[in-house]
Amino acid sequence: MIEVCNVSKQYGSFQVLTDCSTDVAKGEVVVVCGPSGSGKSTLIKTINGLEPVNKGDIRINGTSVCSPKTNLSQLRSKVGMVFQNFELFPHLSIIDNLTIAQIKVLGRKRNEAEDKGRMYLDRVGLKDQAAKYPAQLSGGQQQRAAIARALSMDPICMLFDEPTSALDPEMVNEVLDVMVQLAREGTTMMCVTHEMGFARKVADRVIFMDGGKIIEDTSKDEFFGNIDARTDRAKQFLSRILQH
Amino acid sequence: MTVIDLFSDLARSLPSLAAGMVTSLKITAVAVVFGIIWGAVLAIMRLSSVKPLAWFAQGYVTLLRSIPLIMVLLWFFLMVPQLIQSLFGVSPRTDIRLVSAMVAYSLFEAAYYSEIIRAGIQAVSRGQLSAANALGMPYLMAMRLIVLPQALRATIPALLTQGIVLFQDTSLVYVIGLADFFRSAKNIADRDGNTVEMILFAGGVYLVISLLASAGVRALQTGGKYVKVG
Repeated sequence: MIEVCNVSKQYGSFQVLTDCSTDVAKGEVVVVCGPSGSGKSTLIKTINGLEPVNKGDIRINGTSVCSPKTNLSQLRSKVGMVFQNFELFPHLSIIDNLTIAQIKVLGRKRNEAEDKGRMYLDRVGLKDQAAKYPAQLSGGQQQRAAIARALSMDPICMLFDEPTSALDPEMVNEVLDVMVQLAREGTTMMCVTHEMGFARKVADRVIFMDGGKIIEDTSKDEFFGNIDARTDRAKQFLSRILQH
Repeated sequence: MTVIDLFSDLARSLPSLAAGMVTSLKITAVAVVFGIIWGAVLAIMRLSSVKPLAWFAQGYVTLLRSIPLIMVLLWFFLMVPQLIQSLFGVSPRTDIRLVSAMVAYSLFEAAYYSEIIRAGIQAVSRGQLSAANALGMPYLMAMRLIVLPQALRATIPALLTQGIVLFQDTSLVYVIGLADFFRSAKNIADRDGNTVEMILFAGGVYLVISLLASAGVRALQTGGKYVKVG
């Protein structure tokens, strides 16, 4: 479904991504982890073209993200994305956050969009918050609303960019629960996250990045089960974050 | 000249003063509305990645902010009424001075509004544009539906304050012989020979309206807080 082929990117002289290749099959859940500055957030943002690449190609269902001929907006409307800082639209109520793109981008009727929005709000446990504004919700609720917003577009896959990093610790789980539920329903997902518990629970594969390179790209069982076979850098990373 | 005299003069002249005030307010209202619309367009052009658009907007703003308003006004009145007449299809009966003043003020104020709005747009976090793009909104749609509403809301006090300055600046239309409030007061003064009193009176009216409007802006700032950005 998602193919990343030899992608490289630099900001000026700084090389952010070097020759990254991977793919995500339909229904697969891939977790991307690695230390800060390893390029994992940049990598996930290149997948829907929010970050342009300098070299290589990315294809979603066979459509190239990097080709100038592609209608990028149309492609993006089929790829759900959840951001670290939620990025709900503060001037719109929660239900309007969920319907605006359905109406303006997909051309759905308002009542149809609202029905869909309410269905997803119910699924993330926010049925009663539809009329509120983002600032009236807690961080965890905002992030769940952001997930519902992405799902309302009926995406073919979901991208998560550190969805729990900006949350208070006690709100992390309510968001992870929603993500676990999605993963179990067979949603194609690519998640940048430090939540190794989430990776252990639902990931099919784990990608480990460092210094803009994909260092490990292996099944979850191999990644967590056979630590001795990991690269030194991954071992170091794991030993630090799995200590507690 | 007694105070009683002044009041009776004023009472007699009230209709022409009121008509003058209507003209002043009309120009202000038109220039605020079209100035903000054109200013928003200029701000988006200025921030565009299409270089010629950005250069045009920057040149426009720099030029109009570097010449005195009174010259823009005169220039518009002397050199482009025909253009305006054909462009807006105004009937020959309409006062071309009023239309040319409205156009001149709109175009002039747009330069100031665009800078205010540009700052507002830049204050909206970059992630908002990314989120809108990620939902499939093209750049201009994302600007119109997501970024601009937030930018305008954040800059309402500055935009209104600029409107108050504009209201005072409308008194400059005397150079094209348009009877706004100030000009009407001056005409009455010339007729009745009470220049000092009438000009003081006119100044007082501008002062009161501007103070009231400023108080309104402040009330809006503190009272009508919209939901804060999370």
